[in-house]
Amino acid sequence: MSWRELPIGGMILEPGNSIARRTGEWRVFRPVIDQDACTRCLVCWMYCPDGVIRVVDTPYRTSKGRLWSFTLEIDYEHCKGCGICAEECPVNAIAMVEEVK
Amino acid sequence: MQVLEGYVKQVRVMLNSNYAVAYAVRDVDVDVIAAYPITPQTGVVEKLAEMIANGELDAEMIHVESEHSALSAIIGASAAGARVFTATSSQGLEYMHEVLHIASGMRLPLVMSVATRALSAPINIWCDYSDLMNVRDSSWITFIASTAQEVYDTIVEAYMVAEDPRILLPVIVAYDGFWMSHTYEPLYVAEDKSYVRTLVPRRDRVKLDPQKPVTMGALVGPDWYYEIKYQQVAAMSEAYEAIREYDRVIGRAFGRFYEPVEAYKMDDAEIAILTYGGIYGSLVEAVDRLRGEGYKVGAIRLRLWRPFPVDDIVRVARGVSKLLVVDRAISYGASIAGPVALEVIASLHRAGLDLDVVSYVAGIGGRPVTESDFEGMFKLALKLGRRAREIGTIYWGVRGVSYD
Amino acid sequence: MPGSSQLLEVRWHGRGGQGAVTASTILAEAASYEGLYVQAFPEFGPERRGAPVKAYTRISRTPIRSRAPIANPDIVVVLDPSLPPTHYLQGLKSDGFLVINSKLPARDIVSKLGVSRVVVVDATAIALRTIKAPIVNVAMLGALARVVSMVSLESIARATLKTLFNVKLEGPLDSLIRSSILGEAALGNLEALVEAYRLAEVVEV
Repeated sequence: MSWRELPIGGMILEPGNSIARRTGEWRVFRPVIDQDACTRCLVCWMYCPDGVIRVVDTPYRTSKGRLWSFTLEIDYEHCKGCGICAEECPVNAIAMVEEVK
Repeated sequence: MQVLEGYVKQVRVMLNSNYAVAYAVRDVDVDVIAAYPITPQTGVVEKLAEMIANGELDAEMIHVESEHSALSAIIGASAAGARVFTATSSQGLEYMHEVLHIASGMRLPLVMSVATRALSAPINIWCDYSDLMNVRDSSWITFIASTAQEVYDTIVEAYMVAEDPRILLPVIVAYDGFWMSHTYEPLYVAEDKSYVRTLVPRRDRVKLDPQKPVTMGALVGPDWYYEIKYQQVAAMSEAYEAIREYDRVIGRAFGRFYEPVEAYKMDDAEIAILTYGGIYGSLVEAVDRLRGEGYKVGAIRLRLWRPFPVDDIVRVARGVSKLLVVDRAISYGASIAGPVALEVIASLHRAGLDLDVVSYVAGIGGRPVTESDFEGMFKLALKLGRRAREIGTIYWGVRGVSYD
Repeated sequence: MPGSSQLLEVRWHGRGGQGAVTASTILAEAASYEGLYVQAFPEFGPERRGAPVKAYTRISRTPIRSRAPIANPDIVVVLDPSLPPTHYLQGLKSDGFLVINSKLPARDIVSKLGVSRVVVVDATAIALRTIKAPIVNVAMLGALARVVSMVSLESIARATLKTLFNVKLEGPLDSLIRSSILGEAALGNLEALVEAYRLAEVVEV
């Protein structure tokens, strides 16, 4: 591609294209949610700078028998492993586990 | 340049160049204006505020706390698709400096008027071109007008050029602070402003739209930045032809035909004097006086500063043996201190022409440049002969400096 | 009449607040009604009430090209007699007119300042009587009109209304000064103009 084909001024004409970049490959430590300990407070969801905490419509019953109507999952394709979620989690339900690649 | 019969109906009004800007901005129907007051430009925005208040112009006036914000505000408005305007002078233009590059880099069709003024320190509110010359590398197309009439016409033309899909670069229309900004003179403006609006139709371009999102001004690394900057190089070069087209559009509409480089009595001239802005009229008077004394001398006016009209300069200068260039700005420590003289020399160099170019600096900080000054500069250049080349730049009229 | 038949150059001297700059534009506007080429500009500087102010008007039958300050005026108009004569007489053409606001008789001005052509009017008294304020510029335009052939008093009256009150009126002077649509201030200014024209003393020695 030459300068002629580039959109002028370096404009990005296609919205939401950051999904195409798999930033999950940058990760050294991966956050892992302990679904039993998680209180579904959504603090991790709020703090995540990359928006990779997903609220999924899957019910979850804890080992003590409590039923949650939804589950929090991490988009590992894009999570960079920054660890903010683990730092902010009020009940220490997120562990940072070294990636083995 | 004259007013011809048979063009769009126009009325003769008495305006200074500041008000001439405001009339043109009203007539092209600008949507958003943001500016910060600074002498000698303030009259432009005062008049526009009055026009908005009395319903002559339907536009938003954004009040800001600085020129940096003024330009930033209209960048945002332009990115969202609005037709925008700002005006400034001197320190105000310098305060905009980093934003100037953002505007051109984002390829937004802004239009700004600059009533030129000297730079501090010492504080000086009077005219010279230091402010304008300092922003010459910011990728703004730049016109320098020499009458209130031309200011009006060129503001209209500026929107044609800026918004042309081949160009999409911001445009400055500059004119002498005080010598023009505060001088009342007659000019013709369109009687019916809706006619002017048809000359500058709204054109589609990429804009910020929640229904069709785009990103502007994103980070670009070493892998592509250079190509994007080259796009500006290409647009600036292509702008020349577009400007010539719009010179003709303005000519057909109003009966006033402009050229990037204007010549007076150059047909048989052996020596020429080139300058720009409001003092060109005094130069023409001086040329007539010198002709009366038997000198074969002509006058040249630079109207288009960026893109620099290399071929036009070469064409008008080809026949002369000596060319005086009178600048009203100093490029401190440069090989040639006159910014326009430097460009003229480079243009002649490209064409393989070797003639005596004498660089003069005059009119700094509002010092008048009169007919007698031009005559004096002419006679000194004759006396110095080729020695003027060794001198480099002649600082005309500085107490305690002599070149004899 | 001063000036050539082609070009008339007028220099105005006053103090900030007296309206010298405005007068320079009113005269230019008036001349433009006569189809002439005109130019009006102030001696630029910070605007300060009471500080000496200069302004210029050029009127020409051919396009005006020069933007240089007027060094050798055909007419010098002095709004404030307390200004130093060395300042305002500088460069006045030998056959030029001095139009001055003064309570002195014209003969005294001639002998005191050594000028040969003078128009004298007590513009301050006229302004206080008609406008009820010591703003003398319009009265001085009236006095000036006595020695200017290129611009009529009627055009100056129209230009005064346009410039000061944004009123566009046409018609003979007699009807303007009796116009029912004009307010007290506008009529006061027209009265000042006409009074000064009538009372001005013109002397040529």
